[in-house]
Amino acid sequence: MNALSTWLDMGGYAAFVWSAYGIAALVLGGIAVNSWHRYRSSSETLARLQKQTGVRE
Amino acid sequence: MMTRLANPARFMRVSGTMLPWLGGLTVVVLALGLVWALLLAPPDYQQGESVRIMFIHVPAAIMAEGVYYFIALASFVALIWRHPLADVAAQAAAPIGAAFTFVCLTTGSLWGRPMWGTWWVWDARLTSVLVLFFLYLGYVALVNAFDDASRGARAGSILALVGVVDLPIIKFSVNWWNTLHQPASILRAGGPMIDVSMLIPLLVMALGFGLLFGTLLLLRMRTALNERKTRALRLYAVEQPRAQGAAAGLPAARAASR
Repeated sequence: MNALSTWLDMGGYAAFVWSAYGIAALVLGGIAVNSWHRYRSSSETLARLQKQTGVRE
Repeated sequence: MMTRLANPARFMRVSGTMLPWLGGLTVVVLALGLVWALLLAPPDYQQGESVRIMFIHVPAAIMAEGVYYFIALASFVALIWRHPLADVAAQAAAPIGAAFTFVCLTTGSLWGRPMWGTWWVWDARLTSVLVLFFLYLGYVALVNAFDDASRGARAGSILALVGVVDLPIIKFSVNWWNTLHQPASILRAGGPMIDVSMLIPLLVMALGFGLLFGTLLLLRMRTALNERKTRALRLYAVEQPRAQGAAAGLPAARAASR
């Protein structure tokens, strides 16, 4: 086995270690992406409405 | 400082400047922490490579509890002083705390299977963390269960404060009861029991998770304030032509179409 596959094997615990990191990446990455998208769309909606009504604050 | 930042307009200005820096720092620290945890940290002499799960499990557990303390504190401030941002902060934090708790529970399960021989046991530590997860979900559900947003916020604040009793139970469960989960190895009398080669990457990951919370909190609070302003403007856009129309003796529909 070369160094990469040794590392990926995680001493036989590959399924547990990589699942744990995968779930963390999926859940935390998911909430990060969702928060960012909601922020972008709420900013755009507000900017459009402010332009339409001419009200800034 | 908290009092001055409790002004929504000032909060938007300050958080807007902070956000890119905080986000960038989060990415850098998490990247460093991941390399350290997955490549540089040594395997455990008993648990082998499975110990690498610790580098996300423990920081997630710290955040699961820390975020709840934050929500309880914000709820307290909201109930007593009615700071306009306290409810916004608590409600923005809750889904992030639930996510950290979920990660803590699932990574714990994935670590428990090879090391304890079981995915789950109903011992005091695991059960009290599961209760924490349901507290987060209950809080989010309760806040959104009212037509009147301020009543929802109030009910949520009370639930958040009552739920605080679960936190010392989580912390001391491993001392009070005979749990399968091990007792504390970092915050204990006599100093950490964990070797420096693992303690440092653990603290880097914990810092990364903390920064991630800060970034997402600001992002979600800004979203909530944007949405609040949008609602107010929509209301204004509906009311305004009607008021002008009434003053000029015009029907509201014609005034609105101008």
